[in-house]
Amino acid sequence: MMALPLICATLSFGFLSCQRETRVERATRDKILLLGNGAEPKALDPHLVSSVGDANILRALFEGLVVPHPADDFADEPGVAERWEANDDFTEWRFFLRHDAKWSNGDPLTAQDFVYSFHRALHPDMASPYSSMLYFLKNAEDFNTGKIKDFSQVGVRAEGDHLLVCTLVSPTPFFPDVVKHTAWLPVHQATIEAFGSMTDSYTAWQRPGNLVSNGPFTLIEWRINAYVKVRKNPLYWDADAVALNGIDFYPIDSPFTEEKAFRNGLLHSSYSVPDNLIAGYREKANTPLRIETYSGTYFYRCNVDKKPTDNVNFRRALAYAIDQETIVKYVTRGGQIPAYGFTPPAAEGYDPPHVIRFDPEKARDFLRKAGYAKGSDVPEFTILINTLESHRNIAMAIQDMWKKNLGLEKVKIENQEWKVYQQTTQDQRYDVSRAGWIGDYIDPTTFLSIWRTGDSNNYTGWTNPTYDKLLRESFLLSNPVERLAKLHEAESILMDELPILPIYWYTRVYLLHPDVKGWHPLLLDHHPYKHLDLIAAKSEAKSEAKAKRQNSGKKGGAE
Amino acid sequence: MPPADSPDSALAPPSSRRDANAATIEKGSSLSRDAWLRLRKNALAMASLCFLVGIVLVSFLLPLVPGIPDPNATHPELQSLGAFSRATTAEGQSIFYLLGSDPLGRDVFSRILYGGRMSLAVGFLATFVSLTIGMIYGAVSGFAGGRIDSAMMRFVDILYALPFMIIVIILTTYFGNQLWLLFVCIGAVEWLTMSRIVRGQVLSLKRQEFIDAARSLGLSQSRILFRHIIPNTLGPVVVYTTLTVPAVMRLEAILSFLGLGVQPPDASWGSLIKEGADLMSSDPGLLIYPAAVFGATLFSLNFLGDGLRDALDPKSSKD
Amino acid sequence: MEIVRYIASRLAQSLFALLCIVTITFFLARLAPGGPFLDEKKIPPHLIEQMQKAYGFDQPLIVQYGLYLDRLIHGDLGPSLGNKGFTVNEVIAESFPVSFTLGISGLFIALVIGIPVGVFAAARRNTAVDYSLMTLALIGICLPTFVIAPLLGEIFGLRLGWFDVAFWEGSTAWILGAVTLGLYDSAYIARLTRGAMLDVLSQDFIRTAKAKGVAPLTILFKHAFRGGISPVVAFLGPALAGLLGGSFVVETVFNLPGLGQHFIKAATNRDYWLINGTVTVFAVLILIMNFVVDVVQAWLDPRIRAGK
Repeated sequence: MMALPLICATLSFGFLSCQRETRVERATRDKILLLGNGAEPKALDPHLVSSVGDANILRALFEGLVVPHPADDFADEPGVAERWEANDDFTEWRFFLRHDAKWSNGDPLTAQDFVYSFHRALHPDMASPYSSMLYFLKNAEDFNTGKIKDFSQVGVRAEGDHLLVCTLVSPTPFFPDVVKHTAWLPVHQATIEAFGSMTDSYTAWQRPGNLVSNGPFTLIEWRINAYVKVRKNPLYWDADAVALNGIDFYPIDSPFTEEKAFRNGLLHSSYSVPDNLIAGYREKANTPLRIETYSGTYFYRCNVDKKPTDNVNFRRALAYAIDQETIVKYVTRGGQIPAYGFTPPAAEGYDPPHVIRFDPEKARDFLRKAGYAKGSDVPEFTILINTLESHRNIAMAIQDMWKKNLGLEKVKIENQEWKVYQQTTQDQRYDVSRAGWIGDYIDPTTFLSIWRTGDSNNYTGWTNPTYDKLLRESFLLSNPVERLAKLHEAESILMDELPILPIYWYTRVYLLHPDVKGWHPLLLDHHPYKHLDLIAAKSEAKSEAKAKRQNSGKKGGAE
Repeated sequence: MPPADSPDSALAPPSSRRDANAATIEKGSSLSRDAWLRLRKNALAMASLCFLVGIVLVSFLLPLVPGIPDPNATHPELQSLGAFSRATTAEGQSIFYLLGSDPLGRDVFSRILYGGRMSLAVGFLATFVSLTIGMIYGAVSGFAGGRIDSAMMRFVDILYALPFMIIVIILTTYFGNQLWLLFVCIGAVEWLTMSRIVRGQVLSLKRQEFIDAARSLGLSQSRILFRHIIPNTLGPVVVYTTLTVPAVMRLEAILSFLGLGVQPPDASWGSLIKEGADLMSSDPGLLIYPAAVFGATLFSLNFLGDGLRDALDPKSSKD
Repeated sequence: MEIVRYIASRLAQSLFALLCIVTITFFLARLAPGGPFLDEKKIPPHLIEQMQKAYGFDQPLIVQYGLYLDRLIHGDLGPSLGNKGFTVNEVIAESFPVSFTLGISGLFIALVIGIPVGVFAAARRNTAVDYSLMTLALIGICLPTFVIAPLLGEIFGLRLGWFDVAFWEGSTAWILGAVTLGLYDSAYIARLTRGAMLDVLSQDFIRTAKAKGVAPLTILFKHAFRGGISPVVAFLGPALAGLLGGSFVVETVFNLPGLGQHFIKAATNRDYWLINGTVTVFAVLILIMNFVVDVVQAWLDPRIRAGK
């Protein structure tokens, strides 16, 4: 029965396809980068996006004051700002904008554009998911929460067209690192207001043909669930340095499909690799597999307002009964690091407290201290996960570890689809809930500040005045050593009370085609596309061989 | 089975003939006994029946036998082993994997057994639910005819177009992920096609002379419906049922795929096959073993269905 | 005249059915927990209120329903809440052709394979040919689409390199998708056809024809075929609807931007208007299809025709 269509198919396509060049080969020739990009973008408006994939597209379309360095996480590259300087205690930063920066419609880009953008990002009516990224600015938080109505009190001002001055709440030596984030990108006032008011979200301004941007690329096509296509922006100030002609971003929900698409020559790079296929790729010669340190933590939240996870000793028992080593070695298999603390050891000069290490004996001690003579006395509780193969495998492994090491018989796993899972977590209606946190910039505060009392990402009900105080104090210190010491002290408290069970530190696991040049491992995975190039690996080899031939042929004639 | 068009009443189906000729005589037993006798002669069908009974017994009883490993016990360090391998865990315990281990080091054989419990329960119970609703609904609709028929069929159309996903999501989030919900949801979806098929059969049956005969004998409407019309739709219904069971099992798998079916760490054949399909290139055993058992079960169901069909239809065996 | 009245009444019924579907979907979607304004980061309540106001969700449900119906009558399916900035009309206009191509090609493949196989198997009843064909069909039914699809992709996409394994535009992946859908339904159709053909073949008018010495092929195609494909026709309505709407597995495996994916995503995103929109399109299709099926069936089976 299968024979018939297949014969037809063979006849019609078999012959042609033998000589067909793959999509990647063609794209390399055309210098169009084909990227797998996870989920369908929610928006292309810098003030609305919150996911990693969306930010990837934004970094092609827009350019901020400072941009990530292509190879060094700790270096800053000038973007719209040619140079910048801070006062002595790092509370005032002056960004000198380049004069040749333009919008893609030819309008000049001025400091006022940034003031407008920050105003929009912080406007209470905008409901920007990342508005808290701008809380570094003086009075930004009060303006965002509606306590102040007058934006001129917020610590940003334009002095002329080419000088932007930011006044900060507290000393922030790493501020240039912060402004690389997408929440700080400029938007074009005239375009936004042509399709609505400043705070109208999801208007037609972000559609192809309307969207005016200032980055190395401009938006030309956006088809839902299919692709977002961007092409080189000729008006970009550094257009000559941009080697690519464009980038096609493909949203692919299934990591298995994406891996196949890569193998099929349809993508230059995949967004992820299924855990179970990593081993196979490791063994390959010239493997396209890339495993890189990534600034992120995979952990379980505990609801500290609910039995049995309200008991700190019980939480400790849970934490010490998780064999992190086994999980990263056999379950996730992507070279992840067992998380002995919460903050990944990425930031310069900061090492999180080494606390959590698998110890079943210690775990059972804590279980007894929690008042349970044996594991079967522990009441039933549930691990909440969102529907994804890898989360499920980890949860099943942990469930079994708790059973083996603590004798917990009544642990359940509940799968919820993304939206429901989010609401359950945000309403704190769970016992233990799977979570992940990716650093927004390289500093421990991006990890530690979410556990402050009342932070909009806490969701555990955990609150500790000393922790809050230490964090507050750290913000006022400009001496990096003292500052990091405070943060270390705070994290020790977090790791002692364990409202969260750290599991592992992420790695970026993806596939990269050898044609892609200029792509370096980065902790935040923010690759500046303008430094990328596509050169066919084959033709490279060919020209090398040719060169060799020519050299050995002694003729050296004109080519 | 649409009975003959011929005016010769001897060619009408046995059940109706008996009723028409001797409505007062004890009925029913002889039809099923005849069918059973005929079925016993069909070696393939009997083998299938034995296999089905066997797999049901094994799935439900064997997990109670000591020595069958816990299907949810993980030994990640022993992941993805081949069939017939013996390995020692980190704790020094020796384990024999009859059909190998999955990526979490769980015993595939044991998971297939436990998965079978789930799949068979879902398959048979949900099919039974859909069968009952579908047959009664379709028969009533076709038999009543006219306005009632159109109204009832439009209702089916409405249900057909309902967003099943939404209903399941709503139900599972309100009531948690519970097994009975699966039966209800799947049963509630699958009866629709059944009812259309039965209705089609009934529409053509009710014009036939043996029904007229029954009417002329003064039998009540419900009696005609349940004693004469429904039994005569059994042929296509049995065939369709053998198609419904796999459909139900597949549906269950798709629900697991969306995270709404069996909850981890438990398995069903559908969820095992789904996991295996993702890893078919790296670890084909994970797909082949559960798929083989699943396939064998469906084959048996089918051969049994065919056998039943022949057994219930005396004419076809005379051909 | 009779036929006109019949069609008119069927049309009225269908419109009523459509109204019911639209109504049920509207209220069901709104019952689901979660909402369209959730995000990874928690949005302050006053902003959620603001957004609800902007989308009119602050009004009583029944008023919203009225407004929705009014928009629907004017062909406006509303804004998409999951794909913000796009209207549901745009989303469906983009994705419908994908699903339609997949569905129609799938159905075509299913019929082209399924019916001849079924007829042939029935004609060779209880022979090795019959058994092997039916075994093949059974395998087709046993293998779920999420096994067939990656299997086809693995073999014909990756190993042989004949087709692409993903994407819609400028890609051949949809052919594999259509074959996946078609294979499953062809197996189904083959079995249905065989069953129905056997029924017809055992009937007296066939015996009579045989006795009269009519050629077997003539009997098969002229006399038996009409009755034999009747259940297949009945199956086509739900089959096409299933192909069009339920192909989300195939769409996921081959990353095709069709209606099925939108439907699943709309449900998980709580994209109320897109849920309603896809269901409405889906419902219209089913109603049309069932209408056609009824007419064809009546034409095929004189007894049903008489019964009307």
